[in-house]
Amino acid sequence: MRIAVCLKRVPDTTTKIVLAPDGKSIDEAGVKFVPNPYDEYALEEALKLREAAGTGETVVYSLGGDAAQETIRTALAMGFDRGVLLQAAGTADGLEVARALALELKGGSYDLILFGKLAVDDCNHQVGVMVAELLGLPCVTSVAHLTVANGALEAEREVEGGVEVATAALPAVLTCDKGLNTPRLPSLKGIMAAKKKPLDVKPTRLGAGTVTALGLSLPPERKAGQIVGEGADAVPVLIRLLREEAKAI
Amino acid sequence: MATILAVAEQRDGALRKVSLEVVSAARRLGDAFGATVDAIVCGSGAVAGMDELGRFGADRVLTATHPDFTLYNPDGCAAVVAEAGRAAAAIVFAATATGRDLAPRVAAKLGVGLATDVTEFGAEGGKVVVTRPLYAGKALQRLRLDGTPAILSIRPNTMQPLESPKAGAAANAAIPAFTQRVKVTGIKAAATAALDVAEAPIVVSGGRGLKGPEHFKLLEELAAALGNAAVGASRAVVDAGWRDHGSQVGQTGKTVSPGLYVAVGISGAIQHLAGMRTAKTIVAINRDKDAPIFKVADYGIVGDLFEIVPRLTAEVKKLRGE
Repeated sequence: MRIAVCLKRVPDTTTKIVLAPDGKSIDEAGVKFVPNPYDEYALEEALKLREAAGTGETVVYSLGGDAAQETIRTALAMGFDRGVLLQAAGTADGLEVARALALELKGGSYDLILFGKLAVDDCNHQVGVMVAELLGLPCVTSVAHLTVANGALEAEREVEGGVEVATAALPAVLTCDKGLNTPRLPSLKGIMAAKKKPLDVKPTRLGAGTVTALGLSLPPERKAGQIVGEGADAVPVLIRLLREEAKAI
Repeated sequence: MATILAVAEQRDGALRKVSLEVVSAARRLGDAFGATVDAIVCGSGAVAGMDELGRFGADRVLTATHPDFTLYNPDGCAAVVAEAGRAAAAIVFAATATGRDLAPRVAAKLGVGLATDVTEFGAEGGKVVVTRPLYAGKALQRLRLDGTPAILSIRPNTMQPLESPKAGAAANAAIPAFTQRVKVTGIKAAATAALDVAEAPIVVSGGRGLKGPEHFKLLEELAAALGNAAVGASRAVVDAGWRDHGSQVGQTGKTVSPGLYVAVGISGAIQHLAGMRTAKTIVAINRDKDAPIFKVADYGIVGDLFEIVPRLTAEVKKLRGE
């Protein structure tokens, strides 16, 4: 089974966001970057499926700056066979990212192309689906449970108040949600081996796109609240405030 | 005259409530651009509640009826919406499970970019300009949509639907040929309550302070007493397997904007705060008076949640006259 995973390098979710002087990006000083948490479910699923199949190849792709090589190495250390970096500056237009990835993935003869359901930095929730659409492949999004057998898949995804079940034939694109699996940690042996695995760096030019980033700001701080009291005796005061002041109940 | 297309959703043959937010948002854009508003829904038969779309601003209500549209049909709906929206000035989706799946398909088909999970929008210089949260709400991004149509999805619960009665004239939508690559075979009911944390007007969330999964019953009782409330959870308790990941609030879970958010036994890690800081009113109940959650809470009670929550439930019941 041939499986590709598209991986993004993102700030760790514990990062406190500070704006850069340009007003359009974040100050990266002191920020720890990690593989996008949802992409880790995609990485793990690819390795599991490849191991179960017994043959095939797992390839990790990332689009970004040079620093994304380190993120790709993490996937190689988990067990991926090789990596490809599409070296490009970021864009606010997810469709341009999807176009570049689709172009690269097109000739790969992959049975599955996996993404995280969203990247926790731009929270765009779109590139994986767009790649599927551009390649004319079936796509199930936000998959939290997956069965692959006999050239077809059954996937479950959370919808409001329920779980939607979908089927599709391979090749297919999936975007992965939390709950799909527990991503493995790279072993020391894996980390050593990753250093020798092939990593292609391909300078990539993205199209201009139709989405223009105007600026970034921090959300307004919430005004300081009040401790209404201690213990259960404070409940009537809370109820009164919620009713009369906040009009929340 | 230009048109704004509002993409409505149905489940079990009934219009989903979030669709009123979508049509209302489309109406606002329509008024800004001097455009008419078409609402569209895919279904396999009559959809109950479609007349509401006229009340909230749809000039026309288009129904795409197809025997394979009972459940969500990703490929079919994408073909229908792309066809109906091809000449539109803008297409508005809800950032729901369906909208998040559908909007990128339509954007890719039409070859224009997409702004997802929009929380504010307006018209500037003839273009749609939107604000959307990044880093799960730790920052806000302003984007200008230069493509035609401008395609956006709006985050549920962030824009109140406004009545703006229009004709809501019923018409059939064209159904172009499509290849069905994905087949949705059914919807299983969720293990937890039907109301989703991302859509609920009230969210009661629990963290490690609850000490065990069995104690979430306390929060379920409070949610039931409040009515229209969903039970959420912190990442710690989801990772511990106490709660379903669908109920997780935070940067690797859901970002919620309810009218009232009650955080019980949640200390308030930065990634959790990112997911709920846009709630209108926040209540925190925690034994540690220095917990970061109190810095974002409008009202806090310090103390033992096992005493406070049952009392709160009792007082809410009294209030509701039960």
